[in-house]
Amino acid sequence: MRHIISILLENEPGALSKIVGVFSQRNFNIETLNVAHTEDITLSRLTLTTNGDACVIEQIIKQLNKLVDVVKILDLTEVSHIARELMLVKVKAEADDRRAEIKRITDIFRANIVDVTTTDYIIQITGDEDKLDAFINALKGINEVVRTGVSGIPRVWVKVKLS
Amino acid sequence: MELLSGADMIIRFLKDENVKYVYGYPGGAALHIYDALFRQKVVKHILVRHEQAATHMADGYARASVKPGVVLVTSGPGATNAVTGIATAYMDSIPMVILCGQVVSKLIGEDAFQETDIVGVTRPIVKHSFTIRDTADIPTILKKAFYIASTGRLGPVLVDIPKDMTAPNELYEYIKQNDIKLREKKKNVCNNKEFIKKALKLLLKAKKPVLFVGGGAITGKASQKIREFANIAYLPVVTSLMGIGAYPQSDFQYIGWPGMHGSYEANNAMHNSDLIFCVGARFDDRVTNNTEKFCPNAKVIHVDIDPCSISKTILADIPIIGSAKKVVKELLSKINKSYKDEINLENRKKHLEIWWKCINKWIKNRDGKLYKPVTALSRDLIKPQQVIEAVYKKTKGEAIIATDVGQHQMFAAQYYKFNKPNKLITSGGLGTMGFGLPAAMGVKLSYPHENVVLITGEGSFQMMMQELSTCKQFDISLKIIHLNNGSLGMVRQWQDINYKARHANSYVESLPEFHRLFEAYGLNAITVKVIEELESALETVFINKNELVFLNIYIDPLEHVYPMQKPLGAINDMIISKAE
Repeated sequence: MRHIISILLENEPGALSKIVGVFSQRNFNIETLNVAHTEDITLSRLTLTTNGDACVIEQIIKQLNKLVDVVKILDLTEVSHIARELMLVKVKAEADDRRAEIKRITDIFRANIVDVTTTDYIIQITGDEDKLDAFINALKGINEVVRTGVSGIPRVWVKVKLS
Repeated sequence: MELLSGADMIIRFLKDENVKYVYGYPGGAALHIYDALFRQKVVKHILVRHEQAATHMADGYARASVKPGVVLVTSGPGATNAVTGIATAYMDSIPMVILCGQVVSKLIGEDAFQETDIVGVTRPIVKHSFTIRDTADIPTILKKAFYIASTGRLGPVLVDIPKDMTAPNELYEYIKQNDIKLREKKKNVCNNKEFIKKALKLLLKAKKPVLFVGGGAITGKASQKIREFANIAYLPVVTSLMGIGAYPQSDFQYIGWPGMHGSYEANNAMHNSDLIFCVGARFDDRVTNNTEKFCPNAKVIHVDIDPCSISKTILADIPIIGSAKKVVKELLSKINKSYKDEINLENRKKHLEIWWKCINKWIKNRDGKLYKPVTALSRDLIKPQQVIEAVYKKTKGEAIIATDVGQHQMFAAQYYKFNKPNKLITSGGLGTMGFGLPAAMGVKLSYPHENVVLITGEGSFQMMMQELSTCKQFDISLKIIHLNNGSLGMVRQWQDINYKARHANSYVESLPEFHRLFEAYGLNAITVKVIEELESALETVFINKNELVFLNIYIDPLEHVYPMQKPLGAINDMIISKAE
């Protein structure tokens, strides 16, 4: 099963490589990963998605929590949460009917066209992974796709549970 | 206010931490630090001949004292040479602080002379690592490094120090560090009280319990408490290789160590037990053999300081997180409070009578099958097991024994009886050949009045034999028992059993004449070829405490270590003699 793991860590050089290192060292998978500092500049928030059975996920969380730089860790999938991903898509849009069609699809998905040239559109879309996948399937003439990977936040204030 | 350079701060900090010895090797990026070392007399530097030896020396010291050993090396090759030693310490959870020179900050990343990203190289084999980016941070970072290395599950911590951080002309205020500030981490919410109650209930019910004690009991200084617990509950005790000495091996409740070359009775008891009470071991694959066949009827209670070790390879029915000493203390007080009537010696003896009978039957079954000692009449070659037993007798079981890795290591662990913790210094997890000599040196330096014996073979010994020069320089009076079978015995044994005796590269050709090698260093060596000479040779070895003596013993080159587990089998699928 896919899990979204949210990690609060020291905003130190090398902290990220220590996290990523655990995954390669222990034969775990990372599907997506994003990281940026939080409201406190000394702390970073890292969100990653990974796959594995309950035992593997338990080991991932324990091993990550053992790192000195990790302050808090939470398996978002275990609590009620909001998860979003942002995607930028560059598509070919030359003929008028084509431009209109892309605009229509963009509206249906509540996405936005954020840049236009005589030949291309750049579309920005946010949502869960599923929606983004569907959007890609609905479009033709895709030139480039950039996805941020999943970010998530629990709906309520959670007590951090460390297994 | 005291103004010091970065280099002086480092040495001053080591003084404040009461560090007596630093093991290392100088080089460009570390020269400012070496200069600071030179200008004082409190912290002594032991110059090795290869950086790997420095880490093993620090490791040996740490295993004997449970305090972090300190290593000082230069950047690039100095640092990479230390890698094997760091990995060795990491695998066995040994506290160590590695101070590592680095090229000046502005050259980092430019492939400068002797530059290696040592933080990157060592990331999977350290507990944590730091890079100094501001000289003023040196005292706080070093304090953190020592704290991290010596708390929780112990381990090596590396500090990368760019050369400009130690420059002699830049002075900063030195503040003695009393506390450390690490961001508070959410502690584990595991309910130990509840689990301890459950554990004791399981223990009461179990008809065939086994107490399995690991290295955590030694680094956690819990052996006294564990002994109390084992005695009151009348439990058969096994230890892992790392846990040897945590329970007195000559006590009748001790039935050996389980695993690949574990004792017949320990492996059988584990396999047939209905409750494994594990304290501070991690169910390493050399213990469990095939995890799917591991102890099919046993419930598992697992006490460990590191939550990661619990349910990693063997699913724990009852997890208890905490240091061995703390948890066993809690167990004992709970017994005292609530289970006095059930858990007392009389009751337990009755309760476990059948189980103990069973165990004693296993002991009887293997008697005499493992090896036949050579007598003066038989004119056979000396058996290695016999040598270890002779060393045990000669040292009255009180020596600190360091080993290398291979057959001799297993024989030492099987036939020397350790009654106290921190007496067997051996590389368990990583199995590092070459570990023994420098580790023994590290122990001897800090424990000059103890008998420190290195048991080694010619394969392992040759990996670090340049350190004889260090022994000479610092008058390190080791006793070296060299079991010479002219081959890589353990490799050869595997080839005998699994590769139809095709001995690919397990024969060591062109061995030196060891006594001449030692003569070249001005050290003593004795050669023993027949059993009649062994006794008197050992006498000579131990008679003069202040001299290094090397005892080169030619042993039966065809001897195997038994018992030996069969691959992919259960823990008690063992071959117990060559005849099988």
